[in-house]
Amino acid sequence: MGEELKLHGAWISPFVYRVIWALKLKGVPYEYIEEDLSNKSPLLLKYNPVHKKVPALVHAGKPICESMIIVEYIEETWPQYPLLPIDPYERAMARFWVKFAEEKGDAVWALFRTSGEEQEKAMKGTLEMLKTIEEHSPDAKKFFGGDKIGIVDIAFGAIGYWLGVVEELLGVALFEAHAFPRLHAWLKNFTEAPKIKENLPGRDELVVFVRSWRAERLLASQN
Amino acid sequence: MAKNDDVKVLGAWPSPFVMRARIALNLKSIDYEFLEETIGSKSQLLLQSNPVHKKVPVLIHGDKPICESLIIVQYIDEVWTSAPSILPSDPYDRAIQRFWAAYVDDKLFASMRQIKSLEGEEKKAMVEQATEGIVLLEEAFEKCSKGKPFFGGDRIGYLDIAFGSILGWLRATEKMGEVKLLDEAKTPRLVKWAGRFCADGAVKDCMPETDKLIELAKVLMAKMKGAPPKQ
Repeated sequence: MGEELKLHGAWISPFVYRVIWALKLKGVPYEYIEEDLSNKSPLLLKYNPVHKKVPALVHAGKPICESMIIVEYIEETWPQYPLLPIDPYERAMARFWVKFAEEKGDAVWALFRTSGEEQEKAMKGTLEMLKTIEEHSPDAKKFFGGDKIGIVDIAFGAIGYWLGVVEELLGVALFEAHAFPRLHAWLKNFTEAPKIKENLPGRDELVVFVRSWRAERLLASQN
Repeated sequence: MAKNDDVKVLGAWPSPFVMRARIALNLKSIDYEFLEETIGSKSQLLLQSNPVHKKVPVLIHGDKPICESLIIVQYIDEVWTSAPSILPSDPYDRAIQRFWAAYVDDKLFASMRQIKSLEGEEKKAMVEQATEGIVLLEEAFEKCSKGKPFFGGDRIGYLDIAFGSILGWLRATEKMGEVKLLDEAKTPRLVKWAGRFCADGAVKDCMPETDKLIELAKVLMAKMKGAPPKQ
């Protein structure tokens, strides 16, 4: 397919990285456009008028929004390196865990922008989420997708990596190896997989960025 | 029927999410057993089949449980491949329908549910939010339907099911809250679409009656008010 493919993203966004991973795993070339989230481009607002967010994938001029919807679109358009199983029941299971990641992952994102009581609540939510995945998700071989990375790995991978960032930022340990052995082993496999390792934002840079972002927000809310 | 062909739906009559599973099965002309959960309690079967969320609907196909309404709809479409197709075949059209179905669940239904227990300015703001969302869906309808009767074209499809299933509660909210959400003046196409959707053969037997929903809402609200304060 020689049609133009563009990804509007931001280097700090876990949602954008889900899309990057899908494209990289499938070897699909694309143009990346970095958005300044404090000053969104008119193009982004045109492509995502409803949510005004990144990522927005634009394929031959047509925009697709919402990270996991974009990943399913990529899966259905470029069949190499399949991210979903073939069997309908297995597919339903994979989609179940993707939805779970989307809903419960909110607790992790809340950790970034909250403090005090709200943040305590988010920590609780994060631990509950981790516990459920550790107990109920199917046995990961190397990955949730089996021997190869699949859609569930992509959904959880963003949460796992960014959780590490917020733990460092806040000086807390939520995702402890002794409490979540399966998940810990899985995250190591995921972040060390070549196509993923080459496509991760620097953890230190993220911590620095989030630290100053939180400080700015705090200042703004006090004025 | 062989055990593998056994199809059961664990559900509850007021739930729009349960409706989605039933409509999809009806569209495909699949016979199923409807196992009604008692409101206020959860059966052993439900707890076993959906240990993560403990919610309806659950589709049980043979001995395999499938959870989450829109995932169930996709599963039904992928297992029973005879016409009509529930999702469109083009990946872009599929993405658009998935986008708006997610919008219905995450934004529209969420704001709609709050209206009946709000008052004054708060209520006004929430009603405005909901009606703005429906206006967006009117635009989406124009694009998706391409002049045909449904989001899915000639027949009910994925987005029709996702959005149409909340019409019962939408009407109940309008009556209880004395507000207009689906307005002839603002969203004329959707008003007509809603009529067609509710009258469709695959829908009408599982769409709950508005008055029954209102009765239920009142009972549940009274229970909540009467409940002792949480420590």
